[in-house]
Amino acid sequence: MSEVLDSFHPNLSAALDEVVVTVEPAQVQRTCQTLRDDPRLKFDFLRCLSVVDYNDSLQVVYHLWSMEKRQKVVVKADLPASNPTVPTVVPVWRGADWFEREAAELFGVTFEGHPNLKPLLLWEGFEGHPGLKSFPVHDYQEW
Amino acid sequence: METARRLEPVEINVNMGPQHPSTHGVFRMVLWVDGERIVQVEPYIGYLHRGTEKLCEGELYPQIITLFDRLDYLANFNNELCFCMAAEKLMGLEVPERAQYVRVVLCELNRVASHLMFYGALGLDAGAMTPVMYAFREREHIQRAFEAVSGARMMHNYFRIGGLKEDVPAGFKEMVRDLLPGLEQGISECDRLLSLNEAFLARTRGVGAISAQEAVEYALSGPMLRAAGVPYDLRAVEPYSLYDRFDFDIPVGTQGDCWDRYMVRVEEMRQSLRIVRQALEQMPDEGPVMAAGVRRMPRPPKGESYMRTENPRGEFGVYLVSDGSERPYRVKIRAPSFASVQALPRLLRDCYVADCVVVLGSLDIVLGDVDR
Repeated sequence: MSEVLDSFHPNLSAALDEVVVTVEPAQVQRTCQTLRDDPRLKFDFLRCLSVVDYNDSLQVVYHLWSMEKRQKVVVKADLPASNPTVPTVVPVWRGADWFEREAAELFGVTFEGHPNLKPLLLWEGFEGHPGLKSFPVHDYQEW
Repeated sequence: METARRLEPVEINVNMGPQHPSTHGVFRMVLWVDGERIVQVEPYIGYLHRGTEKLCEGELYPQIITLFDRLDYLANFNNELCFCMAAEKLMGLEVPERAQYVRVVLCELNRVASHLMFYGALGLDAGAMTPVMYAFREREHIQRAFEAVSGARMMHNYFRIGGLKEDVPAGFKEMVRDLLPGLEQGISECDRLLSLNEAFLARTRGVGAISAQEAVEYALSGPMLRAAGVPYDLRAVEPYSLYDRFDFDIPVGTQGDCWDRYMVRVEEMRQSLRIVRQALEQMPDEGPVMAAGVRRMPRPPKGESYMRTENPRGEFGVYLVSDGSERPYRVKIRAPSFASVQALPRLLRDCYVADCVVVLGSLDIVLGDVDR
């Protein structure tokens, strides 16, 4: 895998039972495209797209699975909290559409190039990004 | 005077939901129709959004299990299992064998109960009023068994990180074993009642079809993906718990239409019962049901884990990030129904308006799972 991804200067590490690829935010879309298209890897299934708020940075995490090779991999990118922007992966996996909409709504991440980045889960007119750590959990007055 | 007036096609905007009886919960979609054909669909979700992921960050680990019960409320045991295993994976816990077998038995019975619910609901959606009665008759037996084990018919709160809340009641094995022949017969009856019914076939065959490649692209999983012909079942491709010890088949469809999705689930119920039978045979009669040395308030070490299980609706995933305290730092829930609803505009393209209820029924969504 390191061969295929070398041009993106990734940082490869290992989690519990997964390989973790950490790349620069700007490289996410091209990395994912390569991971999906390379005949040696073929990560064609997007399992999960999550955002984790580490206060000073937001981390976008992509869990991928290869139907043919039965392999899994995790792609991560750290975004600055002041300007969380990352290229969309909808052209790579169609199923990323709603996952990105949800992440944009709850965490305020901008997915550049997303075809339809409107709110999905919260009511119209809701202000703020409730997924963020700075958003209170319990002392939030709804009415 | 003009003799022949040309009729311009007009697109009409139709709203369905959120209080439509056949939307299986509070779900709304807006259809653009050209005559009887659907041109475009826009699903609206979020009516049941409770912010479970955010709530988890403020709760202790044992409290979170109750929140997971309320996600996919037709497959409570399966949800609990996924969360407990995510934490166990992070802590490196070895769950006692007896507890694992009990988990497998309960999860598989839960799958059957969930699929029976689907069976009845799809029949109703297609206009058959009788099947749901038979499905619920069978489902009731399973619910009683759940009640005997956990004290609740739904929202069991029975699994714990490291094992089970308490041992199963005496006679559990016999109770489940006595259940099986009736269930098998009941499922066969259901199968004979609806599967090859002429009217049902006409409503479901070739409706809402999706190809294998597209199904993968849309991140569909579970019966939705298998109906399209991809033999992807996490219990087999990435076995968790004890699933590598059982012998079972993975039913797959060929067309990826509503009937295939229905038939895959009917066959899955039989396979689940096969697993239950094997699990009961292999299950040790006594032994601990809780891993040794697990604290009442577990504190997984700093780190992260992604756990996925095969829920009745597909791949249910939990991405757990822990900072070493008694509350998780972040919990992300990958809900199978969420991905299924996403594909709805694609499935409904060029269908008739009347089909949209059947296609929605064949997705088998649970809105608690979609909105979280």
